[in-house]
Amino acid sequence: MSPEIIEVKYALDTFYFLVCGALVMWMAAGFTMLEAGLVRSKNTTEILTKNVALFAISCTMYLLMGYVIMYGGSEGGFLPDAWFGNGISNATAEEVLASNGDTYYSGASDFFFQVVFVATAMSIVSGAVAERMKLWAFLAFAVVMTGFIYPMQGMWKWGGGFLDAAGFQDFAGSGVVHMCGAAAALAGVILLGARKGKYTADGRVNAIPGANMPLAAIGMFILWMGWFGFNGGSELKVSDIGEANAVADIFVNTNAAACGGLIAALIVAHLVFGKADLTMAVNGALAGLVAITAEPLNWGGIGATLIGAAGGTLVVFSVITLDKFKIDDPVGAISVHGVVGIWGLLAVCLSGNEDATLIGQLTGIGVIFAWTFITSFIAWFIIKQVMGIRVGEQEEYEGVDASECGIEAYPEFNSAK
Amino acid sequence: MKMITAVVKPFKLDDVREALAAIGVQGVTVSEVKGFGRQKGHTELYRGAEYVVDFLPKVKLELALGDDMVDGAVEAITTAAHTGKIGDGKIFISDLQDVIRIRTGEAGPEAV
Repeated sequence: MSPEIIEVKYALDTFYFLVCGALVMWMAAGFTMLEAGLVRSKNTTEILTKNVALFAISCTMYLLMGYVIMYGGSEGGFLPDAWFGNGISNATAEEVLASNGDTYYSGASDFFFQVVFVATAMSIVSGAVAERMKLWAFLAFAVVMTGFIYPMQGMWKWGGGFLDAAGFQDFAGSGVVHMCGAAAALAGVILLGARKGKYTADGRVNAIPGANMPLAAIGMFILWMGWFGFNGGSELKVSDIGEANAVADIFVNTNAAACGGLIAALIVAHLVFGKADLTMAVNGALAGLVAITAEPLNWGGIGATLIGAAGGTLVVFSVITLDKFKIDDPVGAISVHGVVGIWGLLAVCLSGNEDATLIGQLTGIGVIFAWTFITSFIAWFIIKQVMGIRVGEQEEYEGVDASECGIEAYPEFNSAK
Repeated sequence: MKMITAVVKPFKLDDVREALAAIGVQGVTVSEVKGFGRQKGHTELYRGAEYVVDFLPKVKLELALGDDMVDGAVEAITTAAHTGKIGDGKIFISDLQDVIRIRTGEAGPEAV
């Protein structure tokens, strides 16, 4: 390739990483709004604080150690080559030209694209533990999750480690990001317990409606838009015809899966509950997105829609089932990201991806889930012993905004009509 | 002097206010409340879990009136707030011990 072409492709692919990274960063706003809409007013400031803080912690921990753990490792390995450090370096123009285009993006742009994925995984946890967890206990866990737990399993797949060598396929992170986050959430929720009044001794499930449906809806749309960067950017390149076509297909499929998930969840909820349930529709769209994330390329639009629809159907029944097991998840995070994350990983076997095998997928699912769940459980347990993870009963009744934050979210709102 | 407290359906507030203005009532305090009488509520589902919607939104009006205006006000409220469907509301009339206008310090019937 001529030097000019190499230069332009380098710039274009770097730019692509940066724009996609910015879109994924925007998903943090989506999670924040979605969760804020599905909790009660008295707990809203606290969940906002959790979300803004976890984003900052995620990026910082990944900068300090996570990126090096995840991408400094050896081929097919289990342990990283290094534990701390920066790991970010941009090639010089001479090096890029000398590589004849093999080095085709800025190292810093790769870091930027990866760091926003960590925050996404961490953010899955905040919704599941909402309304009764101590703020600082959650942030302490975030440090461990984003500095260590997530990067280790990320290294095993995307860092070229043993899961990758075993043929495990996970294009943009149904497993590495979504199921990982859900496993950490599940460990936390089990140790935390359900919200007071959610389940009665005689097996009834009480509804605890969220305070702000408009926020939940806009949160869904923000996540949906950000997901174009999440899946689209994971192609890792756009600067030739084949790659540009692939990226376009990924955008189409990502969108189609969300639509399929939403429609399916809306219809299923109507059939099961008798009325359309907005919160289920929102969960359904996100489930569709999670379902396609492991393989957003090797489908047509119709196929992607159906994969998403299966995810949307699953999520409705998963929410009901988790409640039956008294696993209290105010926003459905474990269902959307965990249950449907597993479906997304298995669906790769149906996609025509020639490298996918059932054994490979099951291995990835098992390893990521076991690693994340066990280490998270240990981390939560230690935090629980040291500082406690749950607020007191009185504080839970008054609302964690009062006890953890001292700031009301809606101080001048009158009671609802 | 009497205090009239009326609980009516929220969408009837404007009609009631206009009817009271038409008969010369000069002031009213309004609050958003919830309540039920014999209307009772119903159950809804949120993410598959039941919740009971017992308390229905209503609007409460409180007006202080001279005794001579009470009948007219009751008539006005009843006519304006009536739909014939269950849940139309109630009017409560109680004796008012005193009324004071804060700005001027007037008390009694002049302050109404």
